[in-house]
Amino acid sequence: MVGFLTLLKKEILRFWKVGFQTILAPIVSSLLYLLIFNQAFAAHVEAYPDIPYSIFLIPGLIMMAVIQNAFANSSSSLIQSKISGNIVFVLLSPLSYKEVFYAYILASTIRGLLVGMGVYIVTLLFFDMPPMFLPIWALLFIIIGSAILGALGIIAGIWAEKFDQLAAFQNFIILPLTFLSGVFYTIHSLPYVWQKLSHINPFFYLIDGFRYGFFGVSDVSPYVSLIIVTACFIGISKIAINMLKTGYKLRH
Amino acid sequence: MNSAIELIKVCKRYGSLNALHNIDLDIQAGEFFALLGPNGAGKTTLINIIAGLTLADSGSTKVMGHEVIQQYDDARRNLGVVPQELVFDPFFTVREALTIQSGYYGIRNNDSWINEIIHNLGLTDKADTNMRALSGGMKRRVLVAQALVHKPPVIILDEPTAGVDVALRQTLWDFINQLNRDGHTIVLTTHYLEEAEILCNRVAMLKQGKLVALDTMQNLISGISGYTLRLKLFPDTLPAELNKKLINYNGEYYLFDVDSYGQIEFILASLRRINIKVLDMNILQPDLEKVFVNMMHNGATQ
Repeated sequence: MVGFLTLLKKEILRFWKVGFQTILAPIVSSLLYLLIFNQAFAAHVEAYPDIPYSIFLIPGLIMMAVIQNAFANSSSSLIQSKISGNIVFVLLSPLSYKEVFYAYILASTIRGLLVGMGVYIVTLLFFDMPPMFLPIWALLFIIIGSAILGALGIIAGIWAEKFDQLAAFQNFIILPLTFLSGVFYTIHSLPYVWQKLSHINPFFYLIDGFRYGFFGVSDVSPYVSLIIVTACFIGISKIAINMLKTGYKLRH
Repeated sequence: MNSAIELIKVCKRYGSLNALHNIDLDIQAGEFFALLGPNGAGKTTLINIIAGLTLADSGSTKVMGHEVIQQYDDARRNLGVVPQELVFDPFFTVREALTIQSGYYGIRNNDSWINEIIHNLGLTDKADTNMRALSGGMKRRVLVAQALVHKPPVIILDEPTAGVDVALRQTLWDFINQLNRDGHTIVLTTHYLEEAEILCNRVAMLKQGKLVALDTMQNLISGISGYTLRLKLFPDTLPAELNKKLINYNGEYYLFDVDSYGQIEFILASLRRINIKVLDMNILQPDLEKVFVNMMHNGATQ
């Protein structure tokens, strides 16, 4: 337990010490997205009746920031440790693969939560947000979302041997899945084919379920979303745990 | 006596490269052991297998009786490794790095031992400096300290003195010697053979993934017969009859293999006959370097 807690603390300190870049910067960029999209589209788009576009946009942008930062946390920590070689300090120690897994996941989740809450608090200052419909749902989806992305970050961080490979993972997998998940729109506004395609994107359920916590309205039932994202978390975690257990690309 | 490190028929291949071939090695608790060989001989691969950083293709490896894969927890708690590369975590100070490393081994409140290591390695002034700001020599000291936070009975140092100044080398060896006297088993790789000769009591030599020598320092050196005669001559030429005894000429000194003092007289007589003057002369006693050169050139296998 001490080993796990130490690694967790180290992973938290790692992003906390550069909090300007890891927490503050994503909050600022989310706010910019919000101001710009609101300015450009507010008059033209209505996602749900009675919910202005700017307010509709907020949960999506929060989840987007959470997704990107939770992924960045575990993936960049691992690739930096691998490339600089200091991963040996963990590999030489008696830390078990499960301790390593949970420490990385939890640190990612904590960063996701901090960024998510930060974006939420800042938007409260600029927009007239109605009170959350069911905060527990929002919290649940933000935690599972961070954990999924933390696990994906472990997979990407172990798999990638160079920074450009990690960037490819981010640009060709994480980013399209995020942008095509309904961050900026409801999928009901999409053509039929794209609606169907959205349903195989696990990030869609993250954002849809998260939005339910805010407004009590969603494209699919939040229970369905919860089951799907939980299953997704278990599946991705199994892959990540197996990579750590076998020492894939870590113990040659 | 107990085995500190035990390898039985350990093999490792990387594609077509036979990195380690059937290595049997038994290092006893309390030994100061040298693992020698040219670059690429497999020393680091062997150390990585013992440390669990590399997985062997076959064979068994134990640290203090614990299998390095199946019983990794016990094996790793008993082992401290100083890696060859100067690796560090740029986010932390020296003291933070050591506290974190202790935590990985499940140790809380390790301050008094950490202070002791910091003091013994001459790191007191740098304890609260960020790792990034340290010189190479200081980073090397921290690597040694990190390997010791959990007081491991077995310590492996992979070229700890590469690129390190004389003062640090001395501090380091004093400290390592003290650890050895306190009962720690020390395994050392180095290219400075005179260091190994002074410090270690037993030696293994690797060549192209094979163990070519394994004996006590004394036996290895006394197994070498004869001396090396080193001469500086004027004019700088050599009579033809001496060519077959010449083992090396570096542009200044001629080195000859001689079995007895009688042969030295023979060499000097041939030089005198054609009026070559001896400007400088040394008779070199057999040493580890000579053993090493012989092993690596002759390819003798035990």
